[in-house]
Amino acid sequence: MKVKRITKDIILKNGKIIDPYNQKIFKGDLWIKNGVVAGVGDFALPKSSGMQTIDCTNKIITHGFCDLHVHFREPGDDDKETLQTGAYAALAGGFTRVCVMPNTKPPIDSPESVNFINQKAKNLPIHIHPIGAVTKNQDGKYLTEMRLMSKEGAVAFSDDGLPIQDGAVMRMALEYSKLLDIPIINHAEDECLRAEGLMNEGKVSTHLGLAGNPDLAESMMVQRDLELAEFTGAKLHVPHVSSKKAVNHIKRMKSKYKNISAEVTPHHLFFNDEDLMGYNTNMKVAPPIRMEDDRKALIQGIKNGIIDCIATDHAPHKAEEKETTFDLASFGMIGLESCFGAVNKILIKENKMKIEHLINLLTINPRNIMGFQNDLFSLGAVAEIVVLDTNLEWIFSREHIESKSINSPYIGKTLKGKVVHTISRDFVTNLT
Amino acid sequence: MLSQKHFLSLKGYIKEDIDKILETAFQFREVLDRPIKKVPSLQGVTIVNLFFENSTRTRISFELAQKRLSADTVNFSASSSSLKKGESFKDTAQNIMAMKIDAVVMRHPTPGSPKLLAEFIDATIINAGDGTHEHPTQAILDMMSLKEKFGNLRGLKVGIIGDISHSRVARSNIYGLLIMGAEVTVCGPPNLIPRYINDLGVKVNFNLNEVIEWADALNILRIQKERMGRSLVPSVREYRSAFGITLDRLKSHKKEIVIMHPGPMNRGVEIDGAIADSDQAIILNQVLNGVASRMAILFLLCGGQPTEMVEK
Ligand SMILES: [Zn+2]
Repeated sequence: MKVKRITKDIILKNGKIIDPYNQKIFKGDLWIKNGVVAGVGDFALPKSSGMQTIDCTNKIITHGFCDLHVHFREPGDDDKETLQTGAYAALAGGFTRVCVMPNTKPPIDSPESVNFINQKAKNLPIHIHPIGAVTKNQDGKYLTEMRLMSKEGAVAFSDDGLPIQDGAVMRMALEYSKLLDIPIINHAEDECLRAEGLMNEGKVSTHLGLAGNPDLAESMMVQRDLELAEFTGAKLHVPHVSSKKAVNHIKRMKSKYKNISAEVTPHHLFFNDEDLMGYNTNMKVAPPIRMEDDRKALIQGIKNGIIDCIATDHAPHKAEEKETTFDLASFGMIGLESCFGAVNKILIKENKMKIEHLINLLTINPRNIMGFQNDLFSLGAVAEIVVLDTNLEWIFSREHIESKSINSPYIGKTLKGKVVHTISRDFVTNLT
Repeated sequence: MLSQKHFLSLKGYIKEDIDKILETAFQFREVLDRPIKKVPSLQGVTIVNLFFENSTRTRISFELAQKRLSADTVNFSASSSSLKKGESFKDTAQNIMAMKIDAVVMRHPTPGSPKLLAEFIDATIINAGDGTHEHPTQAILDMMSLKEKFGNLRGLKVGIIGDISHSRVARSNIYGLLIMGAEVTVCGPPNLIPRYINDLGVKVNFNLNEVIEWADALNILRIQKERMGRSLVPSVREYRSAFGITLDRLKSHKKEIVIMHPGPMNRGVEIDGAIADSDQAIILNQVLNGVASRMAILFLLCGGQPTEMVEK
């Protein structure tokens, strides 16, 4: 992938413009001048020479994607990923804005560490927002300085990777967060029920002899969090929903309490546990990839609005951490570069959803959850734009990976739909 | 000689291949009854016994099978190797391969590791037990022992008794027996029977007395001592009260039922010593058949020719 700093005006010509903020779809052009939007749809083209025109015939022009859940491993594990390499992986996937999880070494659990991320990220091509830890050292016991961290730019709080087991701590975190009106995100897994589970407990784990992680390890924790959110009146965001049971709990709670949102990963939509039959460690993730019935429920949850957005849970690991026996392999897969081709294939091609609905899940919905700028086609908005070819079928391979790690089970899989260009701040991809 | 290069799992195995292994095993069983119990079938073949987990019996059985076939063997066990120094599984595998090995017999605590080994190296891999997944050579010797006793496996009713969740013996026996046309019922504490076990094609019955009435043979699994006292098995007497193969229990049934045990036994726990030593137990036949079965598997996978087999 080529990334270039924009030096001239760019005209995206003759595309299908999908504007998720105004919920409008129209044919037209888009003009970017000095890294900001200068014209959308019908406008008088500037006469100046030296503009770069990109033909967008049969392409979609829409907001840059926003991912609420990535792990860029900095500080501490920069041999897996850095903010810089993560930013390039994001660009390759059409993401112009991401939230990084705080489970780094050390964790992002102080205003100083929030500031560290912001300083390191400020000149990168995409917007990177730190999520702060809920508890100091992510040990599930004492709340962090949420207000000070929020003032430094933490956009949400999570101990992701480590579930907050203690219900009283979760209650305190939710209550305290009302001071800031930003969401708490709990990696919902009951550690006792999960036990040593390495994959979803089901038929496949029974055949493979691998210790199972039952769906109710997730759903019971989700239910606890939902009730605590309702009880406290705080904002809860449920990450990487993986089970039918959890979708049903969220559905019920949403009918009476509104301050809840939920995300799903591309891999929980794309794969089911049958794909683990060969003990593929790249499919070892937390929460685990579940059964076909769960996968269908997640798709249905998206269709009826129970699930608000798609988040990749991009989790880079070194090759040797995956090239080992199943018990020792690390949990997680990378997911930014393959995201659009995977979800477009599943939701649009196979499940007949409308493209504008999918685009909401990748753009305005996640931005609304975090309160980010969402009217990105207004004149003067800093460029966060993506050009998509939704019809292209392609085989995902190593060369498409920009991440420092290659732990992707999509390698060799046919995807549908591809990000052609990403324009973010004053950077553009794949422009010659 | 067999459809698959490796011997990793009996799931989806072809019936004809199992037939061939059993038939060959019975021929080797005759060799074992001869005064000179050695054939030159695998002369020049080098086999490594790679044991990441202690298992004296299985290792000795394989070693003996290899010696009877005149193969060259090397033993490699985790405690004596560089594994303790943190060498990765992949490095260990590649090191062994660099030494020009024809086959590896591996015991490993993690399900799926023999398959991973097969991805890393070129040699023929034989699974000697991978954690709670499978122990396919054990299933072959169990089926051989049943066939020896009953003549045929089709229609045979076999009960597998004990901790099914953590049993590699159970899984391989279930796959193998069902392929051969037998019926299988599993019986044990409900919390030690996987929730999705029906998908393997077996019946579940928690009532041991009913299973005894139904079955022709019982395969008694070893109850791991480390599961005692945890929430899995409350106590020995509690376990025995429901699932112990006790003298009293068998006496109360007016039928002669064949008893198997993969060993090592906990006498007085899952099985009474008096039963284990009785005529209805075929436990020692299993041990001898274990050598013959492993000879057959090694012979068929490591390039032996049928004519060489009967040479003296
Ligand atoms: Zn998580």
